[in-house]
Amino acid sequence: MLLITCPYCGARPEIEFRGGGEAHIARPSDPAAVDDQSWAEYLYYRSNPKGVHAERWLHVHGCGRWFNAVRNTVSDSFEQTYRMGEPRPDATKERR
Amino acid sequence: MRRFSISSLLAEAFNAHRGWPRQWRSPEPKPKYDVVIVGGGSHGLGTAYYLANEFGITNVAVLEKGWIGGGNSGRNTTIIRSNYLYDESAALYEHALKLWETLSTQLNYNTMYSARGVLMLAHSVHDVQSFKRHIYANRLNGIDNEWLTPEQCKAFCPALSISPDARYPVMGGALQRRGGTARHDAIVWGYARGADSRGVDIIENCEVTGFSRAQDGSISGVETSRGQIQTRRVGVVAAGHTSVVLGRAGLRLPLESFPLQALVSEPVKPVFPCVVMSNAVHAYISQSDKGELVIGAGTDQYTSYSQQGGLHITSHTLDAICELFPQFRRMRMMRSWGGIVDVTPDRSPIIGRTPIDGLYVNCGWGTGGFKATPGSAHVFAHTLATGTPHPINAPFTLDRFRTGRLIDEAAAAAVAH
Ligand SMILES: Cc1cc2nc3c(=O)[nH]c(=O)nc-3n(C[C@H](O)[C@H](O)[C@H](O)COP(=O)(O)OP(=O)(O)OC[C@H]3O[C@@H](n4cnc5c(N)ncnc54)[C@H](O)[C@@H]3O)c2cc1C
Ligand SMILES: [Zn+2]
Repeated sequence: MLLITCPYCGARPEIEFRGGGEAHIARPSDPAAVDDQSWAEYLYYRSNPKGVHAERWLHVHGCGRWFNAVRNTVSDSFEQTYRMGEPRPDATKERR
Repeated sequence: MRRFSISSLLAEAFNAHRGWPRQWRSPEPKPKYDVVIVGGGSHGLGTAYYLANEFGITNVAVLEKGWIGGGNSGRNTTIIRSNYLYDESAALYEHALKLWETLSTQLNYNTMYSARGVLMLAHSVHDVQSFKRHIYANRLNGIDNEWLTPEQCKAFCPALSISPDARYPVMGGALQRRGGTARHDAIVWGYARGADSRGVDIIENCEVTGFSRAQDGSISGVETSRGQIQTRRVGVVAAGHTSVVLGRAGLRLPLESFPLQALVSEPVKPVFPCVVMSNAVHAYISQSDKGELVIGAGTDQYTSYSQQGGLHITSHTLDAICELFPQFRRMRMMRSWGGIVDVTPDRSPIIGRTPIDGLYVNCGWGTGGFKATPGSAHVFAHTLATGTPHPINAPFTLDRFRTGRLIDEAAAAAVAH
């Protein structure tokens, strides 16, 4: 089980959280203006990297708030968690 | 290839089985192939087999980064069934089930396909209604599936507890009698042996690291850890690693990779005559011919390539197994492991072309592609050989996520296996 550090509550076991998939996927601001392929990419296409992944988590059985995390999908270790609205931490500082 | 027959088995029995030859070669890669398959799981090897056997295309290489069958083909709980809701899925999985029925004879290799029946338990009114809907839809498609009352479930699977005060009371079940299991390694090895004997090169320890492109953008070859190989047609069948492999061609896909776990118990005498699945509690169980209870769990909630999942996932499954089958409470579990499954948004596979000419993909089988192996391999071979999909895989395009014509087994079943 993962140990996840909620930016509001601190380190808690994974069963308190719900994973929300890839982070930083922006909804097209004018949906009517984008073509079907762009819309499909927004809805369904994911980067699914083997390595560093930015993703959303919900502390559902805790403070009830959403936040983002950067996690390595090979080791499953979290590099950082950060609040919604903050930019993705610099991915060039990848630690493996 | 030396055929297996009663006389060859008898002859070898008197020779202490010392005379059996290698079942397939271990060739060096050639500089050029007509078709290159990326991924030596059962779907990839099967594709090569049908290319050679059915379409006469024998200058084919299967490139595997590890050893054949080391991916999900060697890690799954081998449940086979075809009672899917939608017409498109029913046609695909039923095509596979029909091929399973005669595969051992066709391959001259015992795949140990055993139609012992797959019983899916209903634990709520919603389950009952949705299973009955499946049963009626299946019957319209000519696929066997029948409703059992709790007492009939118990008669079919005596180990099952139908006590009304169970934590997950059994309200009935849907039984597909032609469903069952097969031997995971045998299907890998049977296809490998059949493909190799028809001229296909199976190249292990050969990771595809990139793609080369012609002037017009189409595929002209693959780069591998064992050098460059020229080819105009590539079929990627890399399961959990499909996003990684196609990422090397600059493509993004509607896929996410999750860990899925299974475990086996200590071996015991035959106690479990069928396969029982419970989608609601994420538990799947059968007994292998070695005597182990083979138990499948659910996926973790996060994407991962670690090939291991959380312990709370398997322990949750065991809680459910112990509730459903109280007599297993004292059994010890011997081994557990994980595989990385590639999941699409609608839980249906993608079998067909990619935006790059000459590059084809067969992926998205997620938690339930073992059952589909022969059908998947056959229609994918057809697609690679002719450049156009077989009518059965025609709906399973990548483009369906653009057009909106999803094949939404996810909504139909909640969990698919
Ligand atoms: C625990 C578990 C239980 C399951 N239970 C069931 C079940 O009961 N019933 C069912 O129907 N399905 C089940 N499945 C799903 C089933 O196992 C898969 O859908 C199926 O085996 C996929 O076969 P494949 O040949 O496509 O993939 P794999 O066997 O994974 O083959 C893909 C191969 O590609 C190779 N590869 C990856 N990247 C590269 C590269 N760059 N270069 C070269 N080679 C590469 C990998 O090493 C791998 O060998 C289960 C899966 C798991 C993990
Ligand atoms: Zn919190």
